Amino acid sequence: MSSTMDDPVITLSGLTKRYGELTAVDHLSLTIQRGEIFGLLGPNGAGKSTTILMMLGMTEPSEGTANVCGVNPTRQPILVKRKVGYLADDVGFYEDMNAVENLMFTARLNQIPEEQGRKEADRLLEQVGLSNAKLKKVGTYSRGMRQRLGLADVLIKQPEVIILDEPTLGLDPEGVKELMQLIRRLSRQEGMTVLLSSHQLHQVQEVCDRVGLFVKGKLLAQGDVASLAKELFPDEKVQIRFRISEAPESLMQQIRELEDAIDVQHDDATGEWVLRAHSDISSHIATLAVQHEVRLLALRQEDFGLDEIYLRYFEGSEAS
Amino acid sequence: MTVSPFWVLVRKEVADYLHSWRFYILMGIIMLTCLGSLYTALSGISNAASADARIEFLFLRLFTVSNGTVPSFLSFITFLGPLLGIGLGFDAINSERNKGTLSRILAQPVPRDYVINAKFMAGLLVIGAAFFALGFLVMGLGIIVTGIELSFEEFLRIVAYLAMSLVYVAFWLNLAILFSVLFKQPATAALAGIAVWLFFSIFYSMIIELAANALAPGEVTLDSILSFESTIMFLMRLSPAHLFSEVTTTLLYPTVNTLGSSVLASQQQYFMIPETPLSFTQSLLVSWPQVTAMIAATLICFAISYYIFMRQEIRSRS
Repeated sequence: MSSTMDDPVITLSGLTKRYGELTAVDHLSLTIQRGEIFGLLGPNGAGKSTTILMMLGMTEPSEGTANVCGVNPTRQPILVKRKVGYLADDVGFYEDMNAVENLMFTARLNQIPEEQGRKEADRLLEQVGLSNAKLKKVGTYSRGMRQRLGLADVLIKQPEVIILDEPTLGLDPEGVKELMQLIRRLSRQEGMTVLLSSHQLHQVQEVCDRVGLFVKGKLLAQGDVASLAKELFPDEKVQIRFRISEAPESLMQQIRELEDAIDVQHDDATGEWVLRAHSDISSHIATLAVQHEVRLLALRQEDFGLDEIYLRYFEGSEAS
Repeated sequence: MTVSPFWVLVRKEVADYLHSWRFYILMGIIMLTCLGSLYTALSGISNAASADARIEFLFLRLFTVSNGTVPSFLSFITFLGPLLGIGLGFDAINSERNKGTLSRILAQPVPRDYVINAKFMAGLLVIGAAFFALGFLVMGLGIIVTGIELSFEEFLRIVAYLAMSLVYVAFWLNLAILFSVLFKQPATAALAGIAVWLFFSIFYSMIIELAANALAPGEVTLDSILSFESTIMFLMRLSPAHLFSEVTTTLLYPTVNTLGSSVLASQQQYFMIPETPLSFTQSLLVSWPQVTAMIAATLICFAISYYIFMRQEIRSRS
């Protein structure tokens, strides 16, 4: 899904929330396009949940405005909640009701006719893989099952946008993977826009079309993973790792002098050389190695992973 | 046909109450005590009837008479009604919050006040149904066992009495809901509710007595005694329990034609004004200020919890 198409579903402009002295969200401006999966990433306490609450009209912004599905959530919270599904980070169900009853309760609150609600509940429970357990009391559900039930609960009102606050919290790696794939499949299937917040990068990296880095109430950068790298490290686009049988100084000198190369370092842990460069120049390294009659044992080019971006970025932000 | 979200919430709350052990226990206590008091009333009523053959409104005595071992229906309801209200309301909001279901409800297109209104409405429906069932049960058993004729006016008085008990319990229900909005822990809210209940049902009258001793006029004149009386009465009437007892007294004892001042009551005896029973509407008129005050207290409690709840920020489980 390209992020270039221009049909914004969520527009935040200068959104700010203060609690006394503390500024939880600081002039946040963000646009999310229709059909996109957007990941709001940041450490705990960055203001992700507060931003989400403001988008749903559950708390008032101190400054700035939000526009969700063409509605101002502060003014018309009911209308927004009709169009937006929200899964809280630690969703609660009535433990002594079964999954169908819990979903039906939500369906009734959304004034979905009884019959249609029941059908939809069955269909969604099938989709999230809970049809076998649908008549069990939710009190007996595991964490992963609850989270999947939460997803069904959000989808039953057929929202235009779903907002998931830390959906992967407390799940094991397998559960996270399943849930993220489920989210991706469902959003593509139903053509929904998804905004999800997380502090775990690896987990959301694969499913998000775009991500935004959110630290201390400020959006530091946004874009897809590649453009995020460009934005954060404009000079370093690629990192090339290679291993050679020996490293004569003349060879290393020539590698350093390659156009676009920034620097070469030896990684003692893996015995590899790490070359940071402005563009992919791995073919030149191969040629040089042959010229110097050195055996090239390994050569690969790496993009900056989200994790690396995140780590380095956070180090930077803490230093400043 | 879809039901309004408000009634969806009410329905869920009522179902919750009716499935909870707490409700069975509370109702069990009240049922047992009321039947016990009915038993003593039945044995005591023959004494009352034989003592004064021309007694009027004999049937009402079923609710008020006791043989000294077990208190009357009236005093049981006065004492245990608040417990029922507190028992049903103390975890209304905070348990939903702790379970994380509150934020799930509020993420649906439902105005936030529906939640608190529905809680109150459901409590009121359940208590109302229980009280009227209980009242009519006592009435029916009374007719069967004693064979006393139930006049229409007596019926009206009893229904009015049950309605006022409902208002009284609604006050405590609202107070409990207020505490459930204020305190995150249901146990704290329950204790706070019980503390207020104990204060008004046990300690308040003691405190008034102490205050009365301190305020008693040194110089005995008509004016000083009257002003002293009215001060004490004002203090007494700050207690919802006292207001309720005044209302029920006028409703269930038709001969009571004035409330409060013991000076006036003794004056009445002094001048030998006969104890003629008032009509139902007249009795209601005598206690009308108290009725209004009770409804007002209920509404004030509700308004405060409503205001606080509407302004609270609801995050998941916090």
